[in-house]
Amino acid sequence: MSAASYAEIMAQRLGILQRSTGLNYASYARGTIAFDYRGLFEDTGYDLETVQKVQSTTAVGNTPLVELHNITALARTIAPAGKGARIFVKDEAANPSGSFKDRRASLSIHAAGQAGYPGVVAATSGNYGAAVASQAAKAGLRCIVVQEAFDSEGIAQPEIAEKTRACEAYGAEVIRLSVGPELFYVFLRVLKETGYFNASLYTPYSIQGIETLGYELAQQVRAATGNFPDMVIATHAGGGNLTGTARGLRKAGATGTEVVAASVDLGGLHMASNRDFNRKSFTTGHTGFSLPFTTWPDRADVPRNAARPLRYMDRFVTVSQGEVFYITEVLAALEGMERGPAGNTSLAAAFALAQTLERDKVVVVQETEYTGAGKHPIAQLNLARQMGIDIRRGDPAENVPGECIVIPVHPAQIAARPVDLDQVRRSYLRNALETLPENGLLSEDDREFLAEETRIPPEQLEAVIDELQ
Amino acid sequence: MVVTIEQGRWVEIRSVVLHAGERAPQVPEDTRQVPLEMRARGFLARPARPGEEALITTLTGRQLSGTLVSVEPAYDHGFGTPVPELLDIAGEVRALLEDGGGDR
Repeated sequence: MSAASYAEIMAQRLGILQRSTGLNYASYARGTIAFDYRGLFEDTGYDLETVQKVQSTTAVGNTPLVELHNITALARTIAPAGKGARIFVKDEAANPSGSFKDRRASLSIHAAGQAGYPGVVAATSGNYGAAVASQAAKAGLRCIVVQEAFDSEGIAQPEIAEKTRACEAYGAEVIRLSVGPELFYVFLRVLKETGYFNASLYTPYSIQGIETLGYELAQQVRAATGNFPDMVIATHAGGGNLTGTARGLRKAGATGTEVVAASVDLGGLHMASNRDFNRKSFTTGHTGFSLPFTTWPDRADVPRNAARPLRYMDRFVTVSQGEVFYITEVLAALEGMERGPAGNTSLAAAFALAQTLERDKVVVVQETEYTGAGKHPIAQLNLARQMGIDIRRGDPAENVPGECIVIPVHPAQIAARPVDLDQVRRSYLRNALETLPENGLLSEDDREFLAEETRIPPEQLEAVIDELQ
Repeated sequence: MVVTIEQGRWVEIRSVVLHAGERAPQVPEDTRQVPLEMRARGFLARPARPGEEALITTLTGRQLSGTLVSVEPAYDHGFGTPVPELLDIAGEVRALLEDGGGDR
């Protein structure tokens, strides 16, 4: 890389992002805070049918829907009489690189190819890197993945080490970095130096690629049970998974389905801390991403984030690391499916929430991911132990992120702990109002936008804003 | 004796992107005290010795330079030893299902 100072590159941010996405984000501005969210999607030129066609050419999507009969039966042994909804899972591990992220990557790579970019770059330490590398390999595009991969002692997070290997297997160049948000600076430098396409997780391409997941799921559940699902649970980090799935459900007509966000609780750990980096047993799907991204989506690697989860979530719950490890073992033992942490975060929540619903209701975990070396609970727990974290069986309510991981002794201890959405909405509004210039006023466009973003009825929004100001 | 690694071998290089004093203002204190490091892998573009400056050609054909830190770097992530706290779960839940009458 050529030497270019941090400040110099960061100052070129908007220009680099516009050129590398082909999207003129400034043209969507409305009012001071608002932007034209619908227009951002309409201008990509992809409708659902086109997305399905693009994805079918690379074997992405059309994954099986699997009913988890034995896990449902286990939940019914502890649920109140008459309760215990049927639990299904959408087996997204069947995608070419082993996760639903292939859906997100497919459209970006298609768009990059159509526009004549010679390659793509993605800033990701997770499955998305492998997905972009896999899709780029099929399309004959070059690919660079920028990862946050190791701490100052050089200790790699095992799940990220597995992603490094997978990306290299698909022929991608992997830039591995130590801990810190300046990854974005390296990412911008790579975009500038290569002229490649920014395959961001947060462009409308990425979100439209996931809409097929929600759409397929709704149709498959209706074919299997006669109705649309009562509840769909999505593991929530940056918000794309939930946003795209919910949009797909709506496009299928499943407007009555409750959409639930589930994250692993990593409260107390700092996402930019070198010390905390390897004291997390989950690299994504956790509150370290989901809370900041829900309360302010525009902190991503594009100027306007197409993933806006607060618009789409009906409920937000957290589970603990120990509960996810436990349900991962249960899925293998009772259903014969070894799958990775992403979907199993939602499965832990589904196990608890199904016990609150009638037996004829249907709960769907909308993804699985592959597992294996580095991604497995055994690998994560061995690292945790090496980092001095106490691992024990007990009551998962005693779990303290970074200090102890408590693995339940009984499935009845698994809980989906509610996040107060009213508080989340207020945090969002507080963040939004902070972006107003001094003495700046909200326009009519801004008010309409904030009501859509928070789902606070327009007539109540004024009072909430007054209270916050 | 430090041996020279021949051109074309698959290696890893390391470089410092930002020194400890150059970190972004928003990073927490513990992170500010360490440099932002980069590691990348590729084929050696010309012979080099471990610990010295080296030039690599990456899988995208780009050339990057840094200190040569390893030759044919291992993928050494794995599973590790079995975790006793996980070993009993399968038996426990099977027993619960059997006791619960297998209500499916």
